[in-house]
Amino acid sequence: MNQKQLGYLFEIAWILPSVAVPIAFLVAIVITAFAVGISVPGEAGRVDPKTLNTTAPFDKPGLRELAPGRYEAVITAQLFNFTPGELEIPAGSKVTFIVTSRDVIHGYKVENTPINMMIVPGQISRMTTTFDQPGEYYVYCHEYCGGGHHLMAGKIIVTPAQSASSGR
Amino acid sequence: MATARVSGVPLASERADAAVFSTEHRLTGLNLLVAFIALALGGLFGVMQALQYNGIDLYKPIAPVLRGGYYQGLALHGVLNVLVFTTFFIIGWLTFTTTRSFGIPLASRTLGWVTFGVMTGGLLIAALPLLLNNATVMFTFYPPLKADPFFYIGLTLVVVGTWLLLANQVMTLRQWRAANPGVRIPLAAFMSIVTMTMWVICTFGVATEMLFLLIPWSLGLVQGTDPVLARTLFWFTGHPIVYFWLLPAYISWYNFIPKQAGGKLFSDPMARVSFILFLILSTPIGLHHQYTDPGISETWKLIHAIFTFGVFFPSLLTFFNVVASLEHGGRSRGGKGWLMWVFSLPWREPSFTAQVLAMILFAFGGAGGLINASYNINLVVHNTSWISGHFHLTVGTAVTLTFMGITYWLVPHITGRKLWSPPMALAQAWTWFLGMGMFSHWMHQLGLMSMPRRTAIGAANYMQPEWQPLLPFVMIGALIMFVSAILYYLNMIMTITAGKKEAVPMAPFARAISGPEDSPRVLDNFKPWLTISFILIVINYAPTLIRLISTTPLNIPGMRSW
Repeated sequence: MNQKQLGYLFEIAWILPSVAVPIAFLVAIVITAFAVGISVPGEAGRVDPKTLNTTAPFDKPGLRELAPGRYEAVITAQLFNFTPGELEIPAGSKVTFIVTSRDVIHGYKVENTPINMMIVPGQISRMTTTFDQPGEYYVYCHEYCGGGHHLMAGKIIVTPAQSASSGR
Repeated sequence: MATARVSGVPLASERADAAVFSTEHRLTGLNLLVAFIALALGGLFGVMQALQYNGIDLYKPIAPVLRGGYYQGLALHGVLNVLVFTTFFIIGWLTFTTTRSFGIPLASRTLGWVTFGVMTGGLLIAALPLLLNNATVMFTFYPPLKADPFFYIGLTLVVVGTWLLLANQVMTLRQWRAANPGVRIPLAAFMSIVTMTMWVICTFGVATEMLFLLIPWSLGLVQGTDPVLARTLFWFTGHPIVYFWLLPAYISWYNFIPKQAGGKLFSDPMARVSFILFLILSTPIGLHHQYTDPGISETWKLIHAIFTFGVFFPSLLTFFNVVASLEHGGRSRGGKGWLMWVFSLPWREPSFTAQVLAMILFAFGGAGGLINASYNINLVVHNTSWISGHFHLTVGTAVTLTFMGITYWLVPHITGRKLWSPPMALAQAWTWFLGMGMFSHWMHQLGLMSMPRRTAIGAANYMQPEWQPLLPFVMIGALIMFVSAILYYLNMIMTITAGKKEAVPMAPFARAISGPEDSPRVLDNFKPWLTISFILIVINYAPTLIRLISTTPLNIPGMRSW
């Protein structure tokens, strides 16, 4: 075998796993997205930021219990805070976050959960997760939004399941 | 006109070389000068940010000059380093590689000067509002943050200026082809033209954003804008821009490093194939920067994720080809064993060492990039300091340290002055590697602890106790890089002003073990690849863009919140 033929052999030996490994990763991602249900935000509709105060559901931001253990958190982001800034829910609750911005682009990341969304004026961001572990979860605005960006944070308090009064 | 020659064969006389390419050398030199001034200024703000994380606020002392504090400094850091430094260096570098690889000067030197003039003019126009704190909108300039119109106009001019290099390259290619019928395009020229073609295609996105959304809106001609549409057009350019940064580094890794290592390029056909794949796959994947955006369907996000994994393939080809070339070099220099050949490589050569160290950190950057591209796994890291850590490995090291490594032979060559201190250059490469490795590692760690990026952490009201012990290491990494930068700039200034005058040859083009004669000729014909590229872009972007454009109320007013 001459040097060129040996070279081709090495190339094939590298190319095959170079195709197989990314495909394996992709399969894993598709399974977690569709079978386990860890997905990303999608289209949840537009809203006019100028009329938020009179547009449902953003006219009444806050936490609503839809069914036992099932919540909806309607939140507005604005320079430099979230309304409401603090939520309290019992452990085991499944929460759908519905968030929009009144002014510029903000971020909404809840630590130690998959909740991570861009909050864009004119658009509704929506994601759902379940809080199993009691504790305090910080919420960060993670997109530069202006001079007070580093002051923009919130908190989600997950109380132990036995004190299962709905948080308000 | 100089007669064409096969790349890799040096001219008989370096002096004749310098005479033939004097204008190209001047253009390259001026572009590099602007680039490295931008890197120096931008880099200073980077160090200040790492100090601010640790409660050392240097913004107050400079407040009389820069009123905008941390965030104005951050905007300058981003714009100067990832937009200005990269773009000017690349235009200068590709002017050099194209003409030297063809062995003929630019088809239009006037156009070469116009290119530099338009870009520099644009830079000056954009710099004014940036320095006056009227454009503290970061290098991503997401509306509805509204900057001074001159910021957008200036940046647009810089981009338009870069397009002129492609025109010049195509004219030069035609001239070369007329004189060399049937000869394969030399590899470096081929790669330089592919890089610029990819760039011109992908900048359609940001040019449209500027001309139809941001400029009329910032001038007050229209009242509202659409942030998601603007972000989509921005990332249409914003992802391929990373290949616009990387491919010129690859050009050095493919065309010069194998020879600098003492061997040959492993495979010319494989190199051409990987560049064609970058041309085709770089653009139709931009939505992977918008996984967490509202208003874009999950389906298209997932399709872009799949294509992003596709572009990982030419990256792996590059990895293999470059490492195989290094191995060939190491073995040619007497290296033995499975891995011991590594120690036979020319580690005393600063240009070589800087670029190989850049590759090593890039391997980690590439692995991290795959995580970012992974659709839902990205939820863990999106917009955390992990991302800043990531692109300091890629653009901050793979690209920047490679560009620095190139200048260790390129600047002596075009100025006709010997490098002032090779040992200092060697120390510079290692300190950059060490400093960036530390900085980036801890930024990744902090990102996994949810620390947000682009944030004045030192002043945050939510400082987490688990972040605090790690932040000093971020600062130490940044300070080591600061030392590295001082070594670099001192060495360069001394080279230009006091280096020993002598004709320094350029690094010779590497020959290939498997040469262009082994690759299909269709690779040199751009038409089929451009057609495939356009079709993929239309398929992957048209549905999302058409829906966003046809449903936009364009009703979001601008705002200055800094």
